[in-house]
Amino acid sequence: MIQLSNVKKSFGNNHVLRGVNLDIPRGTSMVIIGGSGTGKSVALKCILGLVTHDSGTITVDGQPTGKGDRDAFLARFGMLFQGAALFDSLKVWENVAFRLRRGSLKRPKDEARDIAIEKLRRVGLTPDVADRLPAELSGGMQKRVGLARAIAAEPEIIFFDEPTTGLDPIMAGVINDLIREIVTEMGATAMTITHDMTSVRAIADNIAMLHDGKIRWTGPVADMDSADDPHLQQFITGSPDGPIEAVR
Amino acid sequence: MTLLAALGAFTLGLLAAIGRVTIFAADTVSHFLRPPFYGREFAVALLNIGWLSLPVVGLTAIFTGAALALQIYAGGARFNAEAVVPQIVAIGMVRELGPVLVGLMIAARVTSSIAAEIATMKVTEQIDALVTLSTHPMKYLTVPRVLAALITVPLLVAVGDIIGIFGGYAVATGTLGFNASAYIRNTVDFLEPLDVISSLVKGAVFGFLAALMGCYFGMNSGRGAQGVGRATKSSVEAAAVLILAANFVLTGVFFSL
Repeated sequence: MIQLSNVKKSFGNNHVLRGVNLDIPRGTSMVIIGGSGTGKSVALKCILGLVTHDSGTITVDGQPTGKGDRDAFLARFGMLFQGAALFDSLKVWENVAFRLRRGSLKRPKDEARDIAIEKLRRVGLTPDVADRLPAELSGGMQKRVGLARAIAAEPEIIFFDEPTTGLDPIMAGVINDLIREIVTEMGATAMTITHDMTSVRAIADNIAMLHDGKIRWTGPVADMDSADDPHLQQFITGSPDGPIEAVR
Repeated sequence: MTLLAALGAFTLGLLAAIGRVTIFAADTVSHFLRPPFYGREFAVALLNIGWLSLPVVGLTAIFTGAALALQIYAGGARFNAEAVVPQIVAIGMVRELGPVLVGLMIAARVTSSIAAEIATMKVTEQIDALVTLSTHPMKYLTVPRVLAALITVPLLVAVGDIIGIFGGYAVATGTLGFNASAYIRNTVDFLEPLDVISSLVKGAVFGFLAALMGCYFGMNSGRGAQGVGRATKSSVEAAAVLILAANFVLTGVFFSL
Protein backbone atom coordinates (compact mmCIF):
# COMPACT_ATOMS: atom_id res chain seq x y z
CA MET A 1 0.00 0.00 0.00
CA ILE A 2 1.10 3.55 -0.75
CA GLN A 3 0.12 6.02 1.93
CA LEU A 4 0.46 9.79 1.92
CA SER A 5 -0.19 11.52 5.24
CA ASN A 6 -0.46 15.29 5.44
CA VAL A 7 2.11 15.76 2.68
CA LYS A 8 3.03 19.36 2.02
CA LYS A 9 5.22 20.88 -0.65
CA SER A 10 5.87 24.51 -1.57
CA PHE A 11 7.99 26.14 -4.24
CA GLY A 12 8.77 29.54 -2.76
CA ASN A 13 5.41 31.16 -2.05
CA ASN A 14 3.57 28.68 -4.23
CA HIS A 15 2.03 26.16 -1.82
CA VAL A 16 1.36 23.28 -4.19
CA LEU A 17 0.50 20.51 -1.74
CA ARG A 18 -1.19 21.72 1.43
CA GLY A 19 -1.66 18.46 3.29
CA VAL A 20 -2.42 15.55 1.00
CA ASN A 21 -3.84 12.40 2.59
CA LEU A 22 -4.28 9.43 0.29
CA ASP A 23 -4.24 5.63 0.54
CA ILE A 24 -3.65 3.44 -2.49
CA PRO A 25 -4.30 -0.21 -1.59
CA ARG A 26 -2.01 -2.85 -3.05
CA GLY A 27 -3.11 -4.20 -6.43
CA THR A 28 -5.57 -1.40 -7.16
CA SER A 29 -5.59 1.28 -9.79
CA MET A 30 -5.87 4.82 -8.43
CA VAL A 31 -6.42 7.72 -10.80
CA ILE A 32 -5.74 11.25 -9.59
CA ILE A 33 -7.67 13.97 -11.37
CA GLY A 34 -7.61 17.70 -10.98
CA GLY A 35 -7.01 20.89 -12.91
CA SER A 36 -3.70 21.92 -14.37
CA GLY A 37 -1.22 23.13 -11.77
CA THR A 38 -2.99 21.53 -8.82
CA GLY A 39 0.03 19.45 -7.86
CA LYS A 40 -0.81 16.03 -9.27
CA SER A 41 2.62 15.51 -10.84
CA VAL A 42 4.32 16.93 -7.76
CA ALA A 43 2.53 14.39 -5.56
CA LEU A 44 3.67 11.59 -7.84
CA LYS A 45 7.24 12.87 -7.92
CA CYS A 46 7.25 13.17 -4.12
CA ILE A 47 6.46 9.45 -3.85
CA LEU A 48 9.36 8.59 -6.16
CA GLY A 49 11.70 11.00 -4.42
CA LEU A 50 12.20 13.10 -7.56
CA VAL A 51 10.90 16.01 -5.49
CA THR A 52 11.48 16.19 -1.74
CA HIS A 53 8.33 16.98 0.21
CA ASP A 54 8.53 19.62 2.94
CA SER A 55 6.55 17.76 5.60
CA GLY A 56 4.25 14.82 6.14
CA THR A 57 5.02 11.17 5.53
CA ILE A 58 4.92 8.94 2.49
CA THR A 59 5.16 5.20 3.02
CA VAL A 60 5.21 2.21 0.69
CA ASP A 61 4.17 -0.98 2.46
CA GLY A 62 4.74 0.81 5.74
CA GLN A 63 8.32 1.81 4.92
CA PRO A 64 8.97 5.56 4.68
CA THR A 65 10.25 6.59 1.25
CA GLY A 66 13.69 8.17 1.10
CA LYS A 67 15.16 5.72 3.61
CA GLY A 68 16.97 2.47 2.96
CA ASP A 69 18.37 1.17 -0.33
CA ARG A 70 17.34 3.62 -3.05
CA ASP A 71 18.09 1.20 -5.89
CA ALA A 72 15.95 -1.50 -4.32
CA PHE A 73 13.17 1.03 -3.68
CA LEU A 74 13.14 2.30 -7.26
CA ALA A 75 13.35 -1.24 -8.64
CA ARG A 76 9.80 -1.72 -7.37
CA PHE A 77 8.52 1.09 -9.61
CA GLY A 78 7.87 1.57 -13.29
CA MET A 79 6.83 4.88 -14.77
CA LEU A 80 5.33 6.07 -18.02
CA PHE A 81 6.15 9.75 -18.47
CA GLN A 82 3.85 12.24 -20.15
CA GLY A 83 6.11 12.67 -23.18
CA ALA A 84 7.42 9.08 -22.90
CA ALA A 85 10.88 10.51 -21.96
CA LEU A 86 12.71 8.02 -24.17
CA PHE A 87 16.47 8.44 -24.42
CA ASP A 88 17.13 9.86 -27.88
CA SER A 89 20.57 8.36 -28.28
CA LEU A 90 19.52 4.78 -27.53
CA LYS A 91 17.67 2.35 -29.75
CA VAL A 92 14.12 1.40 -28.83
CA TRP A 93 15.11 -1.96 -27.36
CA GLU A 94 17.88 -0.33 -25.32
CA ASN A 95 15.32 2.10 -23.92
CA VAL A 96 12.97 -0.72 -22.98
CA ALA A 97 15.75 -2.81 -21.47
CA PHE A 98 17.47 0.14 -19.78
CA ARG A 99 16.81 -1.05 -16.25
CA LEU A 100 17.71 -4.62 -17.18
CA ARG A 101 21.21 -3.60 -18.26
CA ARG A 102 22.29 -2.03 -14.98
CA GLY A 103 21.79 -2.02 -11.24
CA SER A 104 20.36 -4.81 -9.15
CA LEU A 105 18.21 -6.16 -12.02
CA LYS A 106 21.08 -6.45 -14.51
CA ARG A 107 20.76 -9.23 -17.12
CA PRO A 108 23.00 -10.37 -19.99
CA LYS A 109 22.59 -8.32 -23.15
CA ASP A 110 20.86 -11.02 -25.22
CA GLU A 111 18.42 -11.85 -22.45
CA ALA A 112 17.63 -8.16 -21.91
CA ARG A 113 17.02 -7.72 -25.63
CA ASP A 114 14.70 -10.73 -25.72
CA ILE A 115 12.72 -9.35 -22.79
CA ALA A 116 12.54 -5.95 -24.47
CA ILE A 117 11.18 -7.45 -27.69
CA GLU A 118 8.63 -9.47 -25.70
CA LYS A 119 7.49 -6.31 -23.89
CA LEU A 120 7.29 -4.43 -27.19
CA ARG A 121 5.11 -7.22 -28.52
CA ARG A 122 2.97 -6.95 -25.37
CA VAL A 123 2.23 -3.30 -26.16
CA GLY A 124 1.47 -4.09 -29.80
CA LEU A 125 4.76 -3.23 -31.47
CA THR A 126 6.57 -5.54 -33.87
CA PRO A 127 10.20 -6.66 -33.33
CA ASP A 128 11.44 -4.53 -36.24
CA VAL A 129 10.77 -1.45 -34.09
CA ALA A 130 13.41 -2.63 -31.62
CA ASP A 131 16.39 -1.36 -33.60
CA ARG A 132 14.93 2.02 -34.50
CA LEU A 133 15.66 5.27 -32.68
CA PRO A 134 12.84 6.96 -30.73
CA ALA A 135 12.84 9.95 -33.10
CA GLU A 136 11.77 7.62 -35.92
CA LEU A 137 8.54 6.69 -34.12
CA SER A 138 5.15 8.43 -33.99
CA GLY A 139 3.86 9.89 -30.71
CA GLY A 140 1.59 6.91 -30.13
CA MET A 141 4.41 4.44 -30.76
CA GLN A 142 6.67 6.37 -28.39
CA LYS A 143 4.00 6.11 -25.68
CA ARG A 144 3.85 2.38 -26.23
CA VAL A 145 7.62 2.10 -25.99
CA GLY A 146 7.45 4.14 -22.78
CA LEU A 147 4.84 1.73 -21.50
CA ALA A 148 7.01 -1.25 -22.47
CA ARG A 149 9.92 0.33 -20.59
CA ALA A 150 7.71 0.90 -17.53
CA ILE A 151 6.74 -2.78 -17.38
CA ALA A 152 10.06 -4.30 -18.56
CA ALA A 153 11.24 -5.24 -15.08
CA GLU A 154 7.74 -6.30 -14.00
CA PRO A 155 7.46 -3.74 -11.22
CA GLU A 156 5.03 -3.98 -8.32
CA ILE A 157 3.95 -0.36 -8.72
CA ILE A 158 3.44 1.52 -11.97
CA PHE A 159 2.89 5.27 -12.37
CA PHE A 160 1.31 6.77 -15.45
CA ASP A 161 1.66 10.52 -15.96
CA GLU A 162 -0.92 11.80 -18.45
CA PRO A 163 -0.77 8.60 -20.51
CA THR A 164 -3.12 9.78 -23.27
CA THR A 165 -2.16 13.44 -23.58
CA GLY A 166 -1.45 14.39 -27.18
CA LEU A 167 -2.86 11.21 -28.66
CA ASP A 168 -5.83 10.87 -30.99
CA PRO A 169 -8.95 9.26 -29.44
CA ILE A 170 -8.32 5.88 -31.03
CA MET A 171 -4.69 5.70 -29.87
CA ALA A 172 -5.76 7.00 -26.46
CA GLY A 173 -8.25 4.14 -26.27
CA VAL A 174 -5.53 1.65 -27.21
CA ILE A 175 -3.24 2.98 -24.49
CA ASN A 176 -6.06 2.95 -21.91
CA ASP A 177 -6.89 -0.66 -22.74
CA LEU A 178 -3.23 -1.66 -22.57
CA ILE A 179 -2.81 -0.03 -19.18
CA ARG A 180 -5.89 -1.75 -17.82
CA GLU A 181 -4.86 -5.15 -19.20
CA ILE A 182 -1.27 -4.90 -18.05
CA VAL A 183 -2.10 -3.71 -14.57
CA THR A 184 -4.66 -6.50 -14.20
CA GLU A 185 -2.42 -9.30 -15.52
CA MET A 186 0.61 -8.15 -13.52
CA GLY A 187 -1.39 -7.55 -10.36
CA ALA A 188 0.44 -4.27 -10.00
CA THR A 189 -0.54 -1.23 -7.98
CA ALA A 190 -1.14 1.62 -10.39
CA MET A 191 -1.32 5.36 -9.95
CA THR A 192 -2.35 7.48 -12.92
CA ILE A 193 -2.56 11.21 -13.38
CA THR A 194 -4.91 12.41 -16.06
CA HIS A 195 -7.41 15.05 -17.14
CA ASP A 196 -9.01 12.64 -19.56
CA MET A 197 -12.32 11.38 -18.12
CA THR A 198 -12.44 8.58 -20.71
CA SER A 199 -9.11 7.35 -19.31
CA VAL A 200 -10.45 7.64 -15.78
CA ARG A 201 -13.38 5.36 -16.54
CA ALA A 202 -11.17 2.90 -18.44
CA ILE A 203 -8.28 2.67 -15.99
CA ALA A 204 -9.50 3.44 -12.48
CA ASP A 205 -10.64 1.29 -9.60
CA ASN A 206 -10.60 4.36 -7.39
CA ILE A 207 -10.22 8.02 -8.08
CA ALA A 208 -9.04 10.97 -6.05
CA MET A 209 -9.61 14.59 -6.92
CA LEU A 210 -6.82 16.99 -6.02
CA HIS A 211 -7.82 20.61 -5.73
CA ASP A 212 -6.19 23.54 -4.00
CA GLY A 213 -3.41 21.33 -2.68
CA LYS A 214 -5.68 18.80 -0.95
CA ILE A 215 -7.69 15.73 -1.84
CA ARG A 216 -11.25 17.01 -2.33
CA TRP A 217 -12.88 13.66 -2.91
CA THR A 218 -11.80 10.06 -3.14
CA GLY A 219 -13.73 6.87 -3.71
CA PRO A 220 -14.52 4.06 -6.14
CA VAL A 221 -14.93 5.08 -9.76
CA ALA A 222 -18.48 3.66 -9.68
CA ASP A 223 -19.44 6.30 -7.10
CA MET A 224 -17.94 9.18 -9.02
CA ASP A 225 -21.00 10.24 -10.99
CA SER A 226 -23.32 10.13 -7.97
CA ALA A 227 -20.95 12.01 -5.65
CA ASP A 228 -22.31 15.30 -4.39
CA ASP A 229 -19.01 17.17 -4.33
CA PRO A 230 -19.52 20.24 -6.56
CA HIS A 231 -15.80 20.42 -7.47
CA LEU A 232 -15.84 16.84 -8.68
CA GLN A 233 -19.08 17.27 -10.60
CA GLN A 234 -17.79 20.40 -12.30
CA PHE A 235 -14.62 18.56 -13.31
CA ILE A 236 -16.54 15.54 -14.62
CA THR A 237 -18.91 17.66 -16.68
CA GLY A 238 -16.23 20.12 -17.76
CA SER A 239 -18.52 23.02 -16.98
CA PRO A 240 -16.98 26.50 -16.74
CA ASP A 241 -19.56 27.31 -14.04
CA GLY A 242 -18.91 26.06 -10.53
CA PRO A 243 -16.57 26.40 -7.57
CA ILE A 244 -13.44 25.83 -9.66
CA GLU A 245 -12.45 29.06 -11.34
CA ALA A 246 -12.17 28.70 -15.09
CA VAL A 247 -9.48 31.39 -15.26
CA ARG A 248 -6.56 30.49 -13.00
CA MET B 1 20.94 52.50 0.93
CA THR B 2 19.20 51.01 -2.10
CA LEU B 3 22.54 50.85 -3.87
CA LEU B 4 24.11 49.09 -0.91
CA ALA B 5 21.25 46.63 -0.74
CA ALA B 6 21.59 45.91 -4.47
CA LEU B 7 25.33 45.45 -4.09
CA GLY B 8 24.79 43.14 -1.12
CA ALA B 9 22.19 41.10 -2.99
CA PHE B 10 24.51 40.80 -5.99
CA THR B 11 27.43 39.71 -3.80
CA LEU B 12 25.33 37.14 -1.96
CA GLY B 13 23.96 35.83 -5.26
CA LEU B 14 27.47 35.56 -6.70
CA LEU B 15 28.78 33.73 -3.63
CA ALA B 16 25.80 31.37 -3.70
CA ALA B 17 26.43 30.62 -7.39
CA ILE B 18 30.13 29.97 -6.73
CA GLY B 19 29.12 27.68 -3.87
CA ARG B 20 26.68 25.72 -6.05
CA VAL B 21 29.25 25.27 -8.83
CA THR B 22 31.91 24.23 -6.31
CA ILE B 23 29.62 21.64 -4.73
CA PHE B 24 28.70 20.36 -8.20
CA ALA B 25 32.38 20.07 -9.12
CA ALA B 26 33.24 18.29 -5.88
CA ASP B 27 30.31 15.94 -6.35
CA THR B 28 31.46 15.17 -9.90
CA VAL B 29 35.04 14.46 -8.85
CA SER B 30 33.86 12.30 -5.95
CA HIS B 31 32.07 10.05 -8.46
CA PHE B 32 35.17 9.52 -10.62
CA LEU B 33 36.34 6.56 -8.59
CA ARG B 34 33.03 5.20 -7.34
CA PRO B 35 31.16 2.60 -9.37
CA PRO B 36 29.10 2.06 -11.39
CA PHE B 37 30.99 3.29 -14.46
CA TYR B 38 29.30 3.72 -17.79
CA GLY B 39 31.89 2.62 -20.35
CA ARG B 40 29.73 3.17 -23.40
CA GLU B 41 28.83 6.73 -22.41
CA PHE B 42 32.51 7.40 -21.69
CA ALA B 43 33.54 6.06 -25.10
CA VAL B 44 30.91 8.19 -26.84
CA ALA B 45 32.12 11.24 -24.91
CA LEU B 46 35.74 10.51 -25.88
CA LEU B 47 34.68 10.38 -29.51
CA ASN B 48 32.55 13.53 -29.39
CA ILE B 49 34.88 15.68 -27.33
CA GLY B 50 38.21 14.40 -28.58
CA TRP B 51 38.16 12.93 -32.05
CA LEU B 52 35.36 15.05 -33.51
CA SER B 53 36.96 18.27 -32.21
CA LEU B 54 40.19 17.63 -34.13
CA PRO B 55 39.19 19.44 -37.36
CA VAL B 56 38.18 22.68 -35.66
CA VAL B 57 41.20 22.56 -33.35
CA GLY B 58 43.55 21.87 -36.24
CA LEU B 59 42.17 24.69 -38.39
CA THR B 60 42.22 27.15 -35.50
CA ALA B 61 45.81 26.26 -34.63
CA ILE B 62 47.24 26.35 -38.15
CA PHE B 63 45.81 29.78 -38.94
CA THR B 64 46.85 31.15 -35.56
CA GLY B 65 50.41 29.84 -35.92
CA ALA B 66 50.65 31.25 -39.44
CA ALA B 67 49.33 34.67 -38.40
CA LEU B 68 51.63 34.68 -35.38
CA ALA B 69 54.67 34.13 -37.59
CA LEU B 70 53.68 37.04 -39.82
CA GLN B 71 53.09 39.32 -36.82
CA ILE B 72 56.37 38.44 -35.12
CA TYR B 73 58.28 38.91 -38.35
CA ALA B 74 56.68 42.31 -38.99
CA GLY B 75 57.02 43.42 -35.36
CA GLY B 76 60.56 42.06 -35.00
CA ALA B 77 61.63 43.99 -38.11
CA ARG B 78 61.20 47.24 -36.15
CA PHE B 79 64.26 46.38 -34.06
CA ASN B 80 66.05 43.94 -36.39
CA ALA B 81 64.81 40.84 -34.56
CA GLU B 82 63.13 38.99 -37.43
CA ALA B 83 65.19 35.88 -36.61
CA VAL B 84 63.25 35.17 -33.40
CA VAL B 85 60.15 34.01 -35.31
CA PRO B 86 60.66 30.24 -34.62
CA GLN B 87 61.26 30.75 -30.92
CA ILE B 88 58.37 33.17 -30.35
CA VAL B 89 55.95 31.12 -32.42
CA ALA B 90 56.88 28.04 -30.41
CA ILE B 91 56.65 29.69 -27.02
CA GLY B 92 53.52 31.63 -27.96
CA MET B 93 51.71 28.57 -29.24
CA VAL B 94 52.76 26.14 -26.53
CA ARG B 95 52.50 28.38 -23.50
CA GLU B 96 49.48 30.51 -24.39
CA LEU B 97 47.71 30.43 -27.70
CA GLY B 98 47.52 26.67 -28.09
CA PRO B 99 45.85 25.92 -24.75
CA VAL B 100 43.69 29.05 -24.68
CA LEU B 101 42.40 28.80 -28.23
CA VAL B 102 41.76 25.07 -27.94
CA GLY B 103 40.01 25.71 -24.63
CA LEU B 104 37.82 28.40 -26.16
CA MET B 105 37.01 26.25 -29.20
CA ILE B 106 36.07 23.41 -26.85
CA ALA B 107 33.88 25.83 -24.90
CA ALA B 108 32.17 26.85 -28.12
CA ARG B 109 31.79 23.38 -29.54
CA VAL B 110 31.58 20.99 -26.60
CA THR B 111 30.25 23.05 -23.69
CA SER B 112 27.34 24.32 -25.76
CA SER B 113 26.57 20.83 -27.04
CA ILE B 114 26.67 19.25 -23.58
CA ALA B 115 24.53 21.99 -22.03
CA ALA B 116 21.92 21.86 -24.80
CA GLU B 117 21.73 18.06 -24.72
CA ILE B 118 21.41 17.75 -20.95
CA ALA B 119 19.03 20.71 -20.70
CA THR B 120 16.80 19.14 -23.35
CA MET B 121 16.92 15.87 -21.42
CA LYS B 122 15.82 17.74 -18.32
CA VAL B 123 12.99 19.57 -20.06
CA THR B 124 11.70 16.33 -21.60
CA GLU B 125 11.88 14.50 -18.24
CA GLN B 126 14.61 12.15 -19.47
CA ILE B 127 16.66 12.94 -16.36
CA ASP B 128 13.70 12.08 -14.13
CA ALA B 129 13.35 8.89 -16.16
CA LEU B 130 17.00 8.05 -15.47
CA VAL B 131 16.38 8.38 -11.74
CA THR B 132 13.28 6.18 -11.84
CA LEU B 133 15.38 3.60 -13.71
CA SER B 134 17.83 3.51 -10.79
CA THR B 135 20.51 5.44 -12.67
CA HIS B 136 22.32 8.36 -11.07
CA PRO B 137 22.27 11.25 -13.58
CA MET B 138 25.59 12.53 -12.27
CA LYS B 139 27.26 9.19 -12.94
CA TYR B 140 25.55 8.59 -16.27
CA LEU B 141 25.70 12.08 -17.79
CA THR B 142 28.27 14.24 -16.01
CA VAL B 143 31.12 11.92 -15.04
CA PRO B 144 31.72 10.40 -18.51
CA ARG B 145 31.73 13.81 -20.19
CA VAL B 146 33.94 15.56 -17.64
CA LEU B 147 36.37 12.65 -17.48
CA ALA B 148 36.54 12.44 -21.27
CA ALA B 149 37.25 16.18 -21.52
CA LEU B 150 39.87 15.93 -18.79
CA ILE B 151 41.70 13.27 -20.84
CA THR B 152 41.16 14.43 -24.41
CA VAL B 153 41.58 18.21 -24.21
CA PRO B 154 45.29 18.01 -23.19
CA LEU B 155 45.80 15.74 -26.20
CA LEU B 156 43.94 18.23 -28.39
CA VAL B 157 46.14 21.00 -27.00
CA ALA B 158 49.26 18.96 -27.83
CA VAL B 159 47.98 18.44 -31.36
CA GLY B 160 47.02 22.13 -31.59
CA ASP B 161 50.50 23.18 -30.42
CA ILE B 162 52.17 21.03 -33.07
CA ILE B 163 49.85 22.16 -35.86
CA GLY B 164 50.21 25.81 -34.77
CA ILE B 165 53.97 25.55 -34.86
CA PHE B 166 53.68 23.92 -38.27
CA GLY B 167 51.52 26.86 -39.42
CA GLY B 168 54.28 29.25 -38.38
CA TYR B 169 56.89 27.02 -40.01
CA ALA B 170 54.94 26.90 -43.28
CA VAL B 171 54.65 30.68 -43.49
CA ALA B 172 58.20 31.33 -42.30
CA THR B 173 59.82 28.91 -44.73
CA GLY B 174 57.36 29.49 -47.56
CA THR B 175 57.14 33.28 -47.66
CA LEU B 176 59.54 34.80 -45.16
CA GLY B 177 62.71 33.09 -46.37
CA PHE B 178 63.60 31.02 -43.30
CA ASN B 179 65.70 27.89 -43.64
CA ALA B 180 63.55 24.82 -42.87
CA SER B 181 66.04 22.81 -40.84
CA ALA B 182 67.22 25.85 -38.89
CA TYR B 183 63.61 26.75 -38.10
CA ILE B 184 62.91 23.30 -36.68
CA ARG B 185 66.19 23.22 -34.75
CA ASN B 186 65.52 26.64 -33.22
CA THR B 187 62.02 25.59 -32.24
CA VAL B 188 63.11 22.37 -30.59
CA ASP B 189 66.12 23.90 -28.86
CA PHE B 190 64.16 26.80 -27.46
CA LEU B 191 61.24 24.91 -25.94
CA GLU B 192 61.68 23.61 -22.38
CA PRO B 193 59.88 20.71 -20.70
CA LEU B 194 58.03 23.17 -18.45
CA ASP B 195 56.52 24.84 -21.52
CA VAL B 196 55.04 21.57 -22.66
CA ILE B 197 53.95 20.51 -19.18
CA SER B 198 52.21 23.85 -18.59
CA SER B 199 50.43 23.47 -21.92
CA LEU B 200 49.12 20.01 -21.08
CA VAL B 201 48.09 20.97 -17.54
CA LYS B 202 46.24 23.98 -18.90
CA GLY B 203 44.52 21.69 -21.40
CA ALA B 204 43.38 19.35 -18.63
CA VAL B 205 42.06 22.21 -16.49
CA PHE B 206 40.32 23.89 -19.42
CA GLY B 207 38.76 20.60 -20.50
CA PHE B 208 37.49 19.97 -17.00
CA LEU B 209 36.02 23.47 -16.75
CA ALA B 210 34.44 23.35 -20.21
CA ALA B 211 32.67 20.02 -19.65
CA LEU B 212 31.74 20.87 -16.07
CA MET B 213 30.03 24.12 -17.11
CA GLY B 214 28.10 22.34 -19.83
CA CYS B 215 26.87 19.73 -17.36
CA TYR B 216 26.14 22.23 -14.58
CA PHE B 217 24.05 24.58 -16.67
CA GLY B 218 22.34 21.68 -18.44
CA MET B 219 21.38 20.04 -15.17
CA ASN B 220 20.12 23.36 -13.78
CA SER B 221 18.29 24.47 -16.90
CA GLY B 222 14.95 26.28 -16.76
CA ARG B 223 11.83 25.06 -18.51
CA GLY B 224 11.07 25.11 -22.20
CA ALA B 225 13.04 26.20 -25.24
CA GLN B 226 13.99 29.45 -23.53
CA GLY B 227 15.43 27.54 -20.59
CA VAL B 228 17.52 25.37 -22.90
CA GLY B 229 18.74 28.42 -24.82
CA ARG B 230 19.63 30.28 -21.65
CA ALA B 231 21.47 27.27 -20.21
CA THR B 232 23.48 26.90 -23.42
CA LYS B 233 24.41 30.57 -23.59
CA SER B 234 25.30 30.78 -19.89
CA SER B 235 27.41 27.64 -20.05
CA VAL B 236 29.56 28.96 -22.89
CA GLU B 237 29.97 32.37 -21.23
CA ALA B 238 30.93 30.80 -17.92
CA ALA B 239 33.31 28.30 -19.52
CA ALA B 240 35.06 30.98 -21.59
CA VAL B 241 35.50 33.35 -18.64
CA LEU B 242 36.68 30.56 -16.33
CA ILE B 243 39.14 29.29 -18.94
CA LEU B 244 40.66 32.74 -19.35
CA ALA B 245 40.80 33.30 -15.58
CA ALA B 246 42.31 29.86 -15.00
CA ASN B 247 44.85 30.58 -17.74
CA PHE B 248 45.98 33.71 -15.92
CA VAL B 249 46.30 31.81 -12.63
CA LEU B 250 48.14 28.87 -14.19
CA THR B 251 50.49 31.13 -16.11
CA GLY B 252 51.32 32.82 -12.82
CA VAL B 253 51.85 29.48 -11.12
CA PHE B 254 54.12 28.09 -13.85
CA PHE B 255 56.11 31.10 -14.93
CA SER B 256 55.99 33.89 -12.36
CA LEU B 257 56.59 32.17 -9.07
